[in-house]
Amino acid sequence: MNGMDLPLWAAVPAALLLVIGGLLSVIGALGMLRLPDFYTRMHPPTMGTTLGVGSVLIASMLVSSALLHRPVFHELLITLFVVLSTPVTAMLLIRAAVTRERKPPEEQQ
Amino acid sequence: MMQTFRRRISPVQVLVLTALWLLLNQTLALGHLLLGVALAVVLAWGGSTLRPLSARLRRIDVAAALACVVLLDIVRSNIAVARIVLSPYGNRKLHSGFLDIPLELRDPHGLATLAMIVTSTPGTVWVGLSPDGTLLRLHVLDLVDEAHWIELFKNRYEQRLMRIFE
Repeated sequence: MNGMDLPLWAAVPAALLLVIGGLLSVIGALGMLRLPDFYTRMHPPTMGTTLGVGSVLIASMLVSSALLHRPVFHELLITLFVVLSTPVTAMLLIRAAVTRERKPPEEQQ
Repeated sequence: MMQTFRRRISPVQVLVLTALWLLLNQTLALGHLLLGVALAVVLAWGGSTLRPLSARLRRIDVAAALACVVLLDIVRSNIAVARIVLSPYGNRKLHSGFLDIPLELRDPHGLATLAMIVTSTPGTVWVGLSPDGTLLRLHVLDLVDEAHWIELFKNRYEQRLMRIFE
């Protein structure tokens, strides 16, 4: 497999989508660095796991479909599993943070 | 207290699991079809003890509309969060905070779907439900107008989920 037999109609949008996906992930990581506290830092990485992953997967579908000359769309399953599983980790993280911040019972009056 | 229930195999579950198997293997061959159906039946049967509740999708059209709304919101909030992250240090004012939303939605599948929507939208994180299930706490990155936010949330997601699941 080489890049030469990839038709232009697939190559251009796929390249664009990959750049968008990469940018979103980088901005998400940058947000982790720049935002001030744990709760606000929860938000930016979500960009990488939603629209970021989404655009990379669409690019993958385009390129594989063009190269194999048949529709390839099992990448959709990755989206499905990511969407199903991220709430679990997100909730665990934020519950842990909330629990840590809670005062011990003797301090609460 | 033990709850007794009848083990039943939901045909929709079998159909979805079989489709998942065929999609994973990228094939429509007879062998895989049979294997997929067999696996799906066993899994659906086994899973029925783990989760005796079965979801009922009442309104497919509302579900499709909700999916479109959510996709649009994901794109929009990605742009909004990117803007917040990239804004220069000096004039940045962050209005992040916790937001309590009174919930009318009670269906566990509806709530699970809501959790997926909230988590996959950058800028909102699900913190938790109150023990009686009437109050949902979110953490919002850009919380400007609480009342407006609550109304938007209820109209966009909760109403539709209630029509789909309840």
